[in-house]
Amino acid sequence: MTTTIARRRVEEALLPPLVALLVALVVGDILIILVGQSPSAVFRLMLSGTWGNWYGFGQVLYKATTLICTGLAVSVALRAGLFNIGGEGQLAAGGFAAAVMGLALPPGTPGVVAIPVCIAAALAAGGLVGAIPGVMKARFGAHEVIVTIMLNFIVLAFLNWIVASHLHVPETLHTPEMRAGTVARLMEWVSPFHGSAVNASLFIAIIAATLVGWMLFRTRAGYELRAVGLQPDAAEYGGVRVGTVWIRTFLIAGALAGLGGINYVLGYKHYYEEGFGGGAGFLGIAVALVGRNHPLGVIIAAFLFATLSQGGLAIHALVPKQMVEVLQGVVILAVAAAVPEVRRLVSGARGGVAA
Amino acid sequence: MTASSLAVRMNGIHKSFGPVRANRGASLEVGTREIHALVGENGAGKSTLMRLLAGLYAPDAGTIEIATPSGEMRDVTGWSTADAIKAGVGMVHQHFMLVRTLTVAENVVLGREPVRGAMLDVARALRDVKALGEQYGLRVEPERLVGELSVGEAQRVEILKTLFRGARILILDEPTAVLSPLEVKELWGVLRRLRDDGATIVLITHKLDEVMDISDRITVMRHGETVARMETRDATPDVIAKAMVGREVALMGTRNEERGSAVDTATSSALVPRSSLSVDTLVVMNRGLRAVDKVSLSVAPGEILGIAGVEGNGQTELIEAIAGLRTVAEGTIRLGDRDVTNASVRARTEAGLAHIPEDRHRRGLVLDYSVADNLILGDQHKYARGARSVWALDDARIGANAQDEIRRFDIRPPESALPARSLSGGNQQKIVIAREMGGSYDVLLASQPTRGVDVGAIEFIHAQIRAAREAGKAILLVSAELSEILALADRVAVMYGGRIVATLPRREATEERLGPLMTGATDTTRPAA
Repeated sequence: MTTTIARRRVEEALLPPLVALLVALVVGDILIILVGQSPSAVFRLMLSGTWGNWYGFGQVLYKATTLICTGLAVSVALRAGLFNIGGEGQLAAGGFAAAVMGLALPPGTPGVVAIPVCIAAALAAGGLVGAIPGVMKARFGAHEVIVTIMLNFIVLAFLNWIVASHLHVPETLHTPEMRAGTVARLMEWVSPFHGSAVNASLFIAIIAATLVGWMLFRTRAGYELRAVGLQPDAAEYGGVRVGTVWIRTFLIAGALAGLGGINYVLGYKHYYEEGFGGGAGFLGIAVALVGRNHPLGVIIAAFLFATLSQGGLAIHALVPKQMVEVLQGVVILAVAAAVPEVRRLVSGARGGVAA
Repeated sequence: MTASSLAVRMNGIHKSFGPVRANRGASLEVGTREIHALVGENGAGKSTLMRLLAGLYAPDAGTIEIATPSGEMRDVTGWSTADAIKAGVGMVHQHFMLVRTLTVAENVVLGREPVRGAMLDVARALRDVKALGEQYGLRVEPERLVGELSVGEAQRVEILKTLFRGARILILDEPTAVLSPLEVKELWGVLRRLRDDGATIVLITHKLDEVMDISDRITVMRHGETVARMETRDATPDVIAKAMVGREVALMGTRNEERGSAVDTATSSALVPRSSLSVDTLVVMNRGLRAVDKVSLSVAPGEILGIAGVEGNGQTELIEAIAGLRTVAEGTIRLGDRDVTNASVRARTEAGLAHIPEDRHRRGLVLDYSVADNLILGDQHKYARGARSVWALDDARIGANAQDEIRRFDIRPPESALPARSLSGGNQQKIVIAREMGGSYDVLLASQPTRGVDVGAIEFIHAQIRAAREAGKAILLVSAELSEILALADRVAVMYGGRIVATLPRREATEERLGPLMTGATDTTRPAA
């Protein structure tokens, strides 16, 4: 009996993303035919440009790294019944804090010290930005969707102001290079990755996903967090302080998105630059939905969206790059229609018709 | 019965929801001009069968036929709700489907509004609704907002709405769950008038006294199948109960024996007095109103204080305030000698409070959690590896606890990994009972402990509550079922309008005396000298 339950759970977890992918493929075929190209040629080019060569594969891994973090940031919040639209701001804050910490450290600080310190700075800054909507919701009942969206503008504008007025390298929009705390690129170990931005942050993101899974499903904190997400009234009845869980969850979510910032800053460019997130914070919402809010699903979904994003560059010769963005949109819509969480949110918003 | 006088015929109905087989070959025959009681335990498939009839679902197999005006049976298997309404089949659901911000008249005419030009003809709507109400003795004020109505009134609006749409076959899903005894009598009057007027009524219920009171014929369901049909005049409650459960049961009608002496013994006993509950001039606000208005009560060890009253008179707020789920505006709550007025839920649990909440689907269970995980809700901090840690939960101990309580409280199926959602109502309630009464506690808040559970489970839960009293627990019992209060309580307090309007010892608490008190009349009956 237990095994059938387990199998049903796996089916429930895997089916919607697969259906969504199938729908996206069909729509993609139609679009490609409409622009007068052969779908098989385009998809072949897309695959060879991503998983088909070391550089492309490295770029997929690089893009997936940030998406794993921002996807986790959305999915942890959703597990507690919270919609975190603030990934973009949390990601920027994390990256900024890591870059500034790398600047502040004395040159030559050994990596074993500098890297953890920079990572801690990214976690703390992301967590701080994340905690604000948690506190606003718990204290004043402010809706987290509004607060997180608005906070994105504030955080991004604030960081850009600091960079522009105090920290920028002349003629650029980025901070000076870090003196310590950079992490190794994979090409230093695996030479075929040459030129690709993929770096050791990938492993940190995967470790973070593992820890999130353990926290959600094996610990008391996770038990209470999920109970708040499923049935806040039952959680409250079970002695859980719902407001505290909201704040704690947003703190964790923000820290996870902030962690995403190290991929670009510690692993790739070694400085903070305006707009480095490039929408990865928002794409994290799609990653979380396709990944069904499960850490393993988030990792898989991050690879999917990273592949689409990198593949868009590869097929540029045959079809407009924007078409891949359309495809991403189709995947998101198809998943949104298929995922029960979304249906629940929509029906929740429609409520208030009972006596 | 000849085929020509049938109103509804359902045959070989199968309906599954995922792994749950709600109907397995169920059948039903209802005659015209009859009140037909569809009875069975929770999860027997009654509501599903009726929703199939009303077009909310389509059956997996089987046929549904209804009589046309000319008396022919027409196959309507798998029709839509719109078709059903057009054909005069209307269902009054357990949970009302009304728009709170609209008036009674607006709700009733919703979807078939009388119009003058492009405008709603308000005057005509009011007139029509008033006339329809008078025709069937359904007292409503068409101008009032539905949000301001009592549950009983809201139900009348639901029935009116169904009648307004021309329903001739009326399905009512457990209509009396929220009504006072007086309102139930009124409802029976309405239903009889409807029947005499030619309507056909199917009443879903599991209350046997109601079945005997109102119905003409009875269909009994068990495990998704139809197991018995009978004429009410040939039936007895015992026969029906046996058909429902499939074995002999002790009905709740066996009243609580007088045991007024227990209280005295317990309180005057030389033993160290155990923790008990006392509430002093408690005020709890809800939406700006004094939902609980200066309530004082105390429950001694080894005593059951029953709170009778029509739902919505402050019982929910009172219990939730004691449990720590609502803020107290004034007054104090003490557990034993400890003031817990502002204590957290967990602090109260640790001070010896157990709480069976009134709504297991909202509060009592996390429905998507496994049975094992639900059995530690509220105690999750005690199952961490390492005391007080937020870290890993000890699965071995959680599993052992589940095995133990599943066995002791006979939770079925005995599968700790199943989600609580997949269990029947009675077994879900047993999870709550096991968790709250399986551990150590001194004071028990039991709110609607047997709501929506079947006869067998009621028997079991009542035995548990009685045993807890014998073990010296102080028990505060709230129930909308007067019979339950009378079966269990040592003293009965009546709540009306947020106040306790009377407290009577069990021997003076009779239905005749409590009924008027519950509806706000002052107690004029003198206690027998």
